Amino acid sequence: MVSPEDELIRKRQRDRARLTALLLAAFVILLFFITIAKTGMNW
Amino acid sequence: MPTLELSNPAALPADWRDFVALTKPRVMSLVVFSGLCGLLVAPVKLPLVLGFTAVLCIALAAGACGALNQWYEVEVDAKMRRTAKRPLPAGRMERQSALQFGVGLGAFSVLLMGLATNWFAAILLAVSILFYVIVYTVWLKPRTAQNIVIGGAAGAFPPLIGWVAATGHLATLPLLLFAIIFLWTPPHFWALSLFVRSDYAAAGIPMLPVVAGAQSTRRQIFLYSLPMAAAAVAPWPLNLAGPVYGICASVLSFVFLILAGRVAVNRATEPSAMDAEKHLFAYSVFYLFALFAVLVADRYLPW
Repeated sequence: MVSPEDELIRKRQRDRARLTALLLAAFVILLFFITIAKTGMNW
Repeated sequence: MPTLELSNPAALPADWRDFVALTKPRVMSLVVFSGLCGLLVAPVKLPLVLGFTAVLCIALAAGACGALNQWYEVEVDAKMRRTAKRPLPAGRMERQSALQFGVGLGAFSVLLMGLATNWFAAILLAVSILFYVIVYTVWLKPRTAQNIVIGGAAGAFPPLIGWVAATGHLATLPLLLFAIIFLWTPPHFWALSLFVRSDYAAAGIPMLPVVAGAQSTRRQIFLYSLPMAAAAVAPWPLNLAGPVYGICASVLSFVFLILAGRVAVNRATEPSAMDAEKHLFAYSVFYLFALFAVLVADRYLPW
């Protein structure tokens, strides 16, 4: 039996884990494009 | 599955929306916009992704400043109606989480700026964060009525950083943009602090209306508006911007001076009678947005 408080904790943890995953994916994509742009600029 | 005892509400993990609130998104919009304008008026054009990253870093750094400010001022925020519902004073987040979030976000923004653009821009970004947190929040704000005057420099960094991210060096125009925001900050915040004076007094923050009184603050608002208007128009006679910018800046600054003049002659003591101060505060936000937008338009549009 999971209490409502437990359920709320799990929900918050899930939401934060999803957001962290999304932000990490966005960061990897951003790094990829930064690398492409920097190599193209011949800095 | 065993259930957890939640006798301590702080054991509940903070909602991600509270982390967003910690970054003061509304304040961030003006910071991001001025940084973007600094980037756009620079003579060197960055690839889109690097320009985007530079503005993102400025936004993240502003968010870090907001988080660290709220971490440090939790007791003060709890005493003011305007700030009592923020995540920390409302007890929706642990103080340690805000500190870790702020330091992490700030360090990340500086590193990413250095890697994506140049290390001069990254150093300026780091200086702006440290200036806001240490010089303004920790040192000046609780000690002197001139906190806004010197602390205003922290908010003036973004156009400078945007320009340096694009060019790698400083020049007269970004320094003028810095001066405009630096001189704009006192009238903007003092207008606000006049009609939320009781909040600042309750929290023990020595804002100018609390320490020197409303009339002295009103006089100072008008006096600071004069060099601000001069700095706003200056790019035109210095040939750093065209006549369209010059005319628009003159008109916008003239209206600012009229509103500041109305504040200077107002004698109201109750916030409900401080329409002149509320109008100046609202107009000051529009003024800065409009001034920077016109500067960018002047650079790009074929008038």
